[in-house]
Amino acid sequence: MASITIRDVRKSYAKMQVVHGVNLDIASGEFVVILGPSGCGKSTLLRMIAGLEEISGGTIAIDGKVVNTLEPRERGCAMVFQNYALYPHMSVAQNIGYSLKVAGVPVAERAQRIQAVARILELEHLLDRKPMALSGGQRQRVAMGRAMIREPKVFLFDEPLSNLDAKLRVQMRSEIRKLHRRLSATSVFVTHDQVEAMTLADRLVVMNGGRVEQVGTPAEVYSRPASRFVATFVGAPAMNMLEGEVTLDGLSLLGGSRKLNVSRAGLPVGSKIAVGIRPEAVRLVAPGTPGALDATVDLVEELGAGRVIYVDLDGAAFSVVTSETAHPAPGSAVGLQFSEADLHFFSSETGSRLDVFKASMPVPAL
Amino acid sequence: MVERTPILNFFTHLILFVGFVFCVAPFVIVAIAASHSLKEVNDVPMSLLPGSEFWVNIKTAWTTADLGPKLFNSFVMAAGVAAGKVIISALTAFSIVYFRYPGRMLIFWLIFVTLMLPLEVRIVPTYAVVANVMSPYQAILDVTGLSWLIEKVSGVQVSLSLGLLNSYTGLIMPLIATATGTFLYRQFFLTVPDELTEAARMDGAGALRFFIDILLPLSRNNMAALGTIMFLWAWNQYLWPLLITTDASHATAVTELKQLIPNVGGIPEWNIAMAGTLIVMLPPLVVVVAMQRWFVRGLIATEK
Ligand SMILES: Nc1ncnc2c1ncn2[C@@H]1O[C@H](COP(=O)(O)OP(=O)(O)O)[C@@H](O)[C@H]1O
Ligand SMILES: [Mg+2]
Repeated sequence: MASITIRDVRKSYAKMQVVHGVNLDIASGEFVVILGPSGCGKSTLLRMIAGLEEISGGTIAIDGKVVNTLEPRERGCAMVFQNYALYPHMSVAQNIGYSLKVAGVPVAERAQRIQAVARILELEHLLDRKPMALSGGQRQRVAMGRAMIREPKVFLFDEPLSNLDAKLRVQMRSEIRKLHRRLSATSVFVTHDQVEAMTLADRLVVMNGGRVEQVGTPAEVYSRPASRFVATFVGAPAMNMLEGEVTLDGLSLLGGSRKLNVSRAGLPVGSKIAVGIRPEAVRLVAPGTPGALDATVDLVEELGAGRVIYVDLDGAAFSVVTSETAHPAPGSAVGLQFSEADLHFFSSETGSRLDVFKASMPVPAL
Repeated sequence: MVERTPILNFFTHLILFVGFVFCVAPFVIVAIAASHSLKEVNDVPMSLLPGSEFWVNIKTAWTTADLGPKLFNSFVMAAGVAAGKVIISALTAFSIVYFRYPGRMLIFWLIFVTLMLPLEVRIVPTYAVVANVMSPYQAILDVTGLSWLIEKVSGVQVSLSLGLLNSYTGLIMPLIATATGTFLYRQFFLTVPDELTEAARMDGAGALRFFIDILLPLSRNNMAALGTIMFLWAWNQYLWPLLITTDASHATAVTELKQLIPNVGGIPEWNIAMAGTLIVMLPPLVVVVAMQRWFVRGLIATEK
C-alpha cells in the first residue's frame, strides 16, 4: 500500500502540451477513478505514474519518494491494459508468473503463488491454456492476475473493461471492487465511462483537456459539479443547460423569453451565465400549472423502469427523467416544475460554478 | 471470388495443371536424363522413358565430383548464412524498431542502401577485404602516417594481415551482410502491439529479456521463413564461392557441379551431369519440405 502525490505534473509531445499541471493526492488504499472524455490526457497521466511515459514537468511521488526517473519495475506499480496485453505464446500460468520469473523467484514458490492468484480469480482450470483459447472475460482476469501476483503497492487500470460486452462489464466491475476490498491496494482506474467511474470510485477525478476539473466523491461530483463541463459530462442523460443573462431584477433565460428571480449578488448586469438542472430533478405537471414552464414533447424514450422525455423549451432541447406511468404523446404540451435547490449556476465565460444565487421559480415573461 | 461453378472449376484446374507442368517438367527431364546410358542420353530426340542406369550414374557423379565433402561444405555455408542472417537481422531490426538513438535513421538508410548493392556489385572490394581483413586498418595506419611512426620508433614494420580465402568464415560472412532479413523483421516487429512491450516493462523485463522471452518466440515463423529462404539462396550461390575458394577442399557442391559438365570436344556425359544435378538439388528440397508449414505461415500472416 502506498500513497501517491502528484505535483504540477505536465506532459508535452513535441510542441503540444497534453497535460497541463495536474495536482492530486491519492491516499494509501484508496480507489481513485480518473474520468474524462477520450483524448483528455487520462491515459497519459496514468502512464506517467507507471513510468511508461517520461514526465515533462512536475513531480510524482509514491510513498513520499519522488519516482520521476525510476524505471517502471522500480516503482512498485502493476498495470492492467485495455487490450489485456497478454503474451500470446505463453500459457495462462506463464503469463501470470512472468514477472516473478524475471525477478528470479524460485520455481516452487512461483508455482505456489500462481496457484494462489488463480484461486482468487477462479482461473485454476485454465492455467495451461494459451490466451488465444480464452474468452474476453477470462483474458481480463488473467491480466488482473498478472498484476496481482507481484503484490504491487499500486494498481493502475487503463480502461480495462472497455473491450467487454455490457453484461460482462458489470460483472467485472463488481469483481474489481471486491478484489480491491480484499487487497486494499491503492488503485488508479482510468475510464471514459461515467457509470463505471461512479460505481467504482472512492474518489473521482474528472479531467478535461489535460486539466483536472474536479476531485471528489461520486456523490459530491454529481450533486455539486464544479464546472459546467463536469455538470454535463457526469450524469445520464446530461444535465439541462439554459443560457441566461444577469438583469436588474434577476436573470433572463433563453434570450429573454423566461425570467428567474434571483439576487444578483454582486454580479454586474449583463454577465452571461448558464443555469443547469438535472433531468431527474424535473417533475412533469399539467401545462399551465402556476410557476411551471410550458414546453412541447419531442420524443419519449422508454427505459423500462422509467422514461426519458425530450421536450422543446422555446427552441432549447431539454430532457426529463420520470418514473411516472403517464406517457405524454409527442407534440403534446407539458409543464416542467423544479425546486430552486436543484438549480446549478455556472459562469458562461469561465464555466466555473457560481454559488451566489438564491433562485426562486422562473416565471414566464409576458 | 469464391464462386463455384463446374466450368469455373474446370478452368481453374486447367490453369493449375498447366502451371504445374511448366514447373515440374524440367525436373522430370533431369531425372529421366540421369537414368539413361551415355548412348541413350545423346539420342536425338532423347527418349522420355526412364532408362536403367540411374544408380550407376548417381554413383559415378558422386565419385567424379567428390560430392560428399562438397555437399558438406555447401551445407556448412548455407546453414551458416541462414543462421547468421536470422540472428543479425533480428538484432538490427530490434535496434531500429525499439530504440531511439542519434543516427538511427542514418543507420536505417545505410542498411536500406545495401539492398541496392548486392554482393555481385561490390564483389571486388569485398574480395579485397576478405583476402586481408586487416587491409582497411592497414590503410588507415598508412594514410595517417602511424605505420611510418611506429617503424621509426620501434623498428618494427607494421604489416597487418588476416586472410579469409579458403575458409568457411570467408564463405559465409559477406553473404550475411545484406538487408533483406532486417526489413522482414522490422515489418514484423512493427505489428507487435506496443502494449505488449509495455506489459513486459511493467513486469520488470529489460530490453534483452524482452527480446529473448517475448519477441523471439513470437517471430518463430518469420525465423523459419527467413532461414529457409536464406538457406536456399546461400546453397545456390555460385560466383562468390567460385571466387574465394581457390583450393578444392573448401569448394561447394554447386561450383563443383562444373566438374561434371562435359567440355567441348570431351565425352558428352550429360547423364552423369544430370545425376549430379539431382544430388545437389536434393538438400534444399528436403529443407523446403521440412520447413514448409512454418515457412508459409511466416510469410502470409502474423499470429494474432
Ligand atoms: N505518443 C504520442 N505522441 C503525440 N501525441 C500523443 C501521444 N500519445 C498521446 N498523445 C496525445 O495526447 C492526448 C491525450 O492522450 P491520452 O492520454 O491517450 O488520452 P485519453 O484520455 O483518451 O487516454 C491526445 O490528444 C493524444 O492525441
Ligand atoms: Mg486512453
